[in-house]
Order: sequence, then structure tokens, then C-alpha cells
Amino acid sequence: MSNHTTEPHRISPLRAAFSNPLGLIASVILALVLLAGLAAPALAPYDPAKVMIFKVNALPDAEYLLGGDGSGRDNLSRLLYGARNTFIGAAISVVVAAMIGVTAGLFAGYYGRSFDTITSWVADGLMALPAIIVLLAFFQALGSSIYLSMAVFGILLSPGFFRLTRSLVRSVRNELYIDAARVSGLGDLRIILRHILLAVRAPVVIQVSIVAGISIVVQAGLEFLGLGDASVPTWGGMLQDAFDNLYTAQQNVYWPGLAISITVASLVLLANSVRDAMQGGMRPRLSAPIQAQSNPVNGSIDPQAILQLRDLVVAYPDRQGWRNVVKGVSLTVKRGEVFGLVGESGSGKTQTAFAVLGLLSAGGRILSGSIRFDGIELAGGDDTQFKALRGRRIAYVPQEPMSNLDPSFKIGDQLTEPMQAVLGLSRAQAKARALELLGRVGLRDPERVFKAYPHQISGGMAQRVLIAGAVSCNPDLLIADEPTTALDVTVQAEVLDLLRDLQAEFGMSIIIVTHNFGVVADMCDTVAVMREGTIVEVAGTRDLFTRPTHEYTRMLLDCVLDDPPVRRYSGVAEASR
Amino acid sequence: MNNSQDLLICDKVNINFGAKQVLRNVNLTVRPGETVGLVGESGSGKTTIGRAVLGIGPVSSGRIVFEGQDIAGVSPNRRTGEATRIQAVFQDPYSSLNPSMTVEDILTEPLVARGMATAAQARMKVKELLSQVALPSNASARFPREFSGGQRQRVAIARALALSPRLIVCDEPVSALDLSTQARVLDLFIALQEQTGVAYLFISHDLAVVRAISHRVAVMRAGEIVEFGECEDVTSRPQHAYTQRLLLAAPVADPVRQAERRAALRALNVPSSQS
Repeated sequence: MSNHTTEPHRISPLRAAFSNPLGLIASVILALVLLAGLAAPALAPYDPAKVMIFKVNALPDAEYLLGGDGSGRDNLSRLLYGARNTFIGAAISVVVAAMIGVTAGLFAGYYGRSFDTITSWVADGLMALPAIIVLLAFFQALGSSIYLSMAVFGILLSPGFFRLTRSLVRSVRNELYIDAARVSGLGDLRIILRHILLAVRAPVVIQVSIVAGISIVVQAGLEFLGLGDASVPTWGGMLQDAFDNLYTAQQNVYWPGLAISITVASLVLLANSVRDAMQGGMRPRLSAPIQAQSNPVNGSIDPQAILQLRDLVVAYPDRQGWRNVVKGVSLTVKRGEVFGLVGESGSGKTQTAFAVLGLLSAGGRILSGSIRFDGIELAGGDDTQFKALRGRRIAYVPQEPMSNLDPSFKIGDQLTEPMQAVLGLSRAQAKARALELLGRVGLRDPERVFKAYPHQISGGMAQRVLIAGAVSCNPDLLIADEPTTALDVTVQAEVLDLLRDLQAEFGMSIIIVTHNFGVVADMCDTVAVMREGTIVEVAGTRDLFTRPTHEYTRMLLDCVLDDPPVRRYSGVAEASR
Repeated sequence: MNNSQDLLICDKVNINFGAKQVLRNVNLTVRPGETVGLVGESGSGKTTIGRAVLGIGPVSSGRIVFEGQDIAGVSPNRRTGEATRIQAVFQDPYSSLNPSMTVEDILTEPLVARGMATAAQARMKVKELLSQVALPSNASARFPREFSGGQRQRVAIARALALSPRLIVCDEPVSALDLSTQARVLDLFIALQEQTGVAYLFISHDLAVVRAISHRVAVMRAGEIVEFGECEDVTSRPQHAYTQRLLLAAPVADPVRQAERRAALRALNVPSSQS
């Protein structure tokens, strides 16, 4: 099997935001608004409280660049000072929310148990409170400071941070590197501050950005309702003033409205771009779709062959274009033969098998070459051809039996549904056939397994169920991708025995994809050794083990640990440190 | 059997998870500089005993004695003296290294945390550790994602070596690696043992791997040790029926011999536990 899972790229959240044009624009706007607010005393042309009576609801002119408000004060100056107050308010609620939420989340997630239970109750309680009503009540009790209200709002927002942090911590707490840190002798606090905080950093940054946007809106809303110090210029206060004079000077609504919308939108866009950068990493840029060229096998079709691959090339898109993972593979699987595809990770063995199944992962393409199954050319066609064969003439047994059974359906339903759909059996016929097959694959109590959910059976039993499903259509070719890798060794031996017996009974061909030369020796008639997308050697199994021709095969066989010499313990003498 | 020269003694260790007993009366010893292989199938409790020795898993009753100190149930950061010289190498080289730390951070952390070196001294030591595990010295500034599985496992081994351990608990350390990488990493384990005299408690499901590195082997099944003895005896002339099955079940890379073993396994005719 090949690991195509891309590592989560841990890059600094801010750099991530800049990597995206939208994120860059949002950051620049936010920086400008922030600077304007900070430098308001220097930038503002007038004192925001200064009243010029002839400028009441004035249109923009050379003195008041954005016009005057309902009391004759300069809109521009008030907007600049308002930015300052808006940011202070947002900062207060974000800092309060993050301090409480992240700290509680770190400890609740790390220690779990009663601390987790209690903090979760508190968080749920806080979330259930109606924020605006609480704020109004506090405002009555505590007086006119909007900053105090924003601090209270921060407490009300802290459950968001708490839940986020807690779930993140719980997901990394069982990572082996946390165990390794504990074994190294690190105390809990150091582990939390060093290892766990790093893992929650980026999502918390995103949350900060979103919460800042929410606080700005709520703060403006409170000020709009007239809560807050009337002597302090704020965006919400400006909006209220403009609303009072809506019919005489509607232009005044635009400035605070625009300021609030642009700032909040920038915060949300910034959050989105950070999230995209963190999650997606690189999204493969699909260059012009490449038409698969099938090069049909010239003339000679081997009647003995069930499957013939010729110069098969499979590729996945990456930053540079297409990366070939299978680079011109040719092989022939005869009828009734067990064919081994063996290689290390990244050798392309699984991709070759998946190409035959038409099950390449997202983005994967057959770029060129031919896949001829019993005379039918599959490469270059569309999915319908694969669909017509899959589950009818070509069957598949996966590596991870459990993840290939749907946990929410009974095993019987999962077996009979495809039989009804694909083989056209009636419900009763399908059930009879399924029970017969479950017995055939060595399950002792087919009725019980038929009625069981996947979590009620073991991994070995699950693999037997999948094998039963695979042979239900009496396939010509069974493709088994590392069918025993996830199983214990004694179970592996039983499952291999089962596959061997079924092969003899049904007379089908089997392709076994494996990294294990023991499995090859046990099962296969013919073996192809793969390395970096190419086949280095194809041979009969006995020949391969007795007379490997390629040096790579010899190297691999040398690494097999069958009966190595046993080490002798020479006592404490060698221990001298 | 509790010889005074034993480095580690597990004495009648029982471990329960809730009402479920996962480890029953486990007795195990490791001598200095020795590798004791612990082999068993999933759910046999082999990882649980390793975690108990490391102090990151619970112990319900019994003693775990290391250099005379009973360390059962003592977490690593509360261990002192010689008991701090037990380290670990885990199975998955991908999740056992923090992806946001450089190799240098990873290797210096244990030294600084234990107060065994200042940050500057620890950085000096990094080069030495990297050369011990045959990684280039320029690896220190890089992140784990820039390395292959085998190289990451070397970093994990270097981290374990940083504190001059006397015992390393190796939990399936080569299971996630390719065949050729696995052989090289096993060679490294053996070479390091010969150089430093470190002992290994080597946990694996793979009898062939255990046979290649161990001096003595313990076979676990369902929370109990069913057989414990010299490597040659356990892996060539197993006494217990379960060990015999385990031995014959693993297919060998030789079609002729494998056919014989398959026949022998069928002849054993053990009532196959419903898998």
C-alpha cells in the first residue's frame, strides 16, 4: 500500500494567511484600520467632540471630508477615533474569551475526568445564556462602560474557545509524541505548554479572528442601542446618530456601516484563508486534462490470459503537473493463477491493482497503456466499463476489513444488497446465498454473523465476511490488497488457507498485493517484484526464491528475517556505561 | 529467578482496566545489556506491560523493580536516579515525533527537561546523537516530515539515547517500516546495544523480528506469559502449543518449506479459535 496521506503542514498561521491573495488583502485592510485607530489623535483633522453648528448633517466638503453628523461633528475624525474604541472593545472580549476558554480547554482536554466534566457543565451553562439580555442586565448593574460589557461578552464567548481547544487537545493527547515526552521526564505543564499548545495554535488563531468579528458587531449593536458612554465616539454610536437623521442626511449611515462591514468581512476572510492554508495545504492544480491513450495490444491476445497490462502509466497531479506512480507496467495474469504483486511502500503495487479496479484515488488517472480484461479494453474508457465488471467479474478484498464495512448496517444487509442489485437475486435467494457463503468462509454461526453489526465481530471475521462478499458473484478475478496485513499471524494463516481453498473451488484468478514474501511463498504461482512504479522481475514463485535474477529482488530477499542466527548473551561484561 | 544482577524485574504484575483484567501475574526479568523479546498477538497485553514499565500506564498490583527501586505506578517525571534511565521507542515513527518541532528541539528536550544539560550543552550533544544513529549532522534543523519512516525511527532512537538509558522499551519499533529499512534499523539496534550496553525490552508481534534481536523471548497470550526462555529454545523448540502455532503460522519466504509448515500447522489441528 502506498501512503498518499499528505502531512499536515505546520506553518505559521500568519504566513499561511498571506499565501492567499484574499487573506493578504484582508490582512492589509485590517492593518490599515488598526493603524488608523492607533494614530487617530495624529490623523484626525478635528477633535471628535468639536461641534460646528453650521456643519450639522453637512455633505462632504473641504473641511469635513466625510461630512458632519447630526450634532455638527466631523465624521472622519469620529470614524478614526471609533476604530480605536472598536478595536479596544474587540480586543478585550477576545483576550478574555481566549484566556479563559483556551486555558480551561487545555486542562480539561489533557486531564479529562472530573475537571473536564465540571468545566464542560460550566461551558454548556454559559452557552445557554442569551448574550444580549445578559449584557443589557449587566449594563444596568455596572454602568456605562462599554469595555466592561465587552469583558462580560468575552466570558460569554469563552465556551467557543473551550470546546475547540478541548477537542483539539483530546485528539493529540494520545499521540505517541506526547507519550514520548512523558517518558523523557517532562512534567504535565511543560507538555501542555510545549507540545499541546503548538497543536492548537492555528485553530485558535482562526477562532480569534472570527470572535473578533462577532464582538465588533455586538459592540456596535450595543452602542447603537444607546448603551455606552455617549461622550466616546464609536462606530455604533455614529450609526445611531445617523439613524436619527436618516431622512435628512442618509449619507451619514454609509461611513460607520462601511467601516463595520469591511472590518468584520476582513476578519472572516482572514480566518477562512488561514483555515484553507492549514487544512488544504496545496490543492493540486489540474493542468489541462490529459486524454488517456490506450495502446491496444497488437493482435496477439493470449487466450490463456484473464488480464493483460501493457505499458500502464498511472499518475497523480501535483504542483509541477503529473507525477507518475506506475511507470509502464506490463504483466499477464493467467486464468486460475495466483499472481503476487510484491514491493515496498511507494512501489506502485497498490496503484497498479487499483487501476485495474478503476478505483484510483481522487485525481489519479491512467495516462497511457492498456488494461485488457478477458479481451475487454478498460484503459481509456470511462467508468461505466469498470462498473460493469466490478463486483460481477472482478472482485476486491481490501486491507482494512473493518473500514470497508459500514458500521451502521447489519452484515447481512451489506452482503445481500449488492447481490440483489448486481446479480438480480430476490431477497430470499440473496439471504440463502449469503448464509451459505458465510458458512463457506468458515464462520461457525452464519445466522449470528448475518444479524450482527460490524463492531460485534473481530477483524478476522470481518475479513471472512468481505471475502464471502467478494466471491458471491463467482468472479473471474479477485484482487486482494494486503488482505492479511492488518490481521494477527494465526488469523492470517487461516485467511490465506481460505483464499487458497476458494481459489481451487471457484477456479478464479487472484492478484495478491503484498509486501510479505512469506505470503508470496505461501500463495502465489507467479510473482512480479515492483520498485518505484516499475516491475523489475517477473518469475514463477519457486524460481524467484531460488534464482532471483534482479539485484533488487536479491536485496529484498536478503532482508527477510527467516531463521537468522540467534544472538548470545555475553553477560554484564558488555554493559559498561 | 529474581537474580540480583537483573536490571528489571516484573514480579507478579497484574493490571486491570476497570473490571477487566488485562495482565495476569506477569513475571519477567531483563539483565543489563540483554534483549528480551516480548511476542504476542493483538490484545495479548504486550504493549500494556511496556507502558507499565515506562510509567505511563497503570499497575494494579505487583512490583516492577529497576535497579533495586520499585517503580510500579511511578510516572516518569517523578522518577529519580537510575530509574530515569528507562526510555522508549514507539511503533509509529510518524506520530511519535512532534511535527512542529525540529530534530534538534526533539533531541535536546529530554536533556533540558531532566536538567542534565543547559540548552547550549544539549545542542552540542545533538551532533553526537545523530552520528550514533547514522543520520547526517545537518538533519538537526529539519522537521520530521522531511524524513522517511526509517530516518524518523532513527531520530526516535536518538531521542531515547539522549539520556544514556540503561533500558529502552521498544514497542513494535520496526513494524511500520519496509522490509529493507526494517533490517537496517534492527542492525542499528544491535550495534547500539553492543556499543553502549543498553538493554531492550523488545515488543513485537513478529516472531522473526524478535528472534533476530533477542537473547531471551517471552510469549504472551491473553494477558499471560505462556512461555519465557532462551531465544533459541522458544523460537526453535517451543514447548507451549500456542507458541508452536504462532511459529508455524508466520509464512516463511521459501515455497517448499512453507508448504511443509502449512501442512504441519494443519496437522497441529488445534481447534482453531474463531478468528
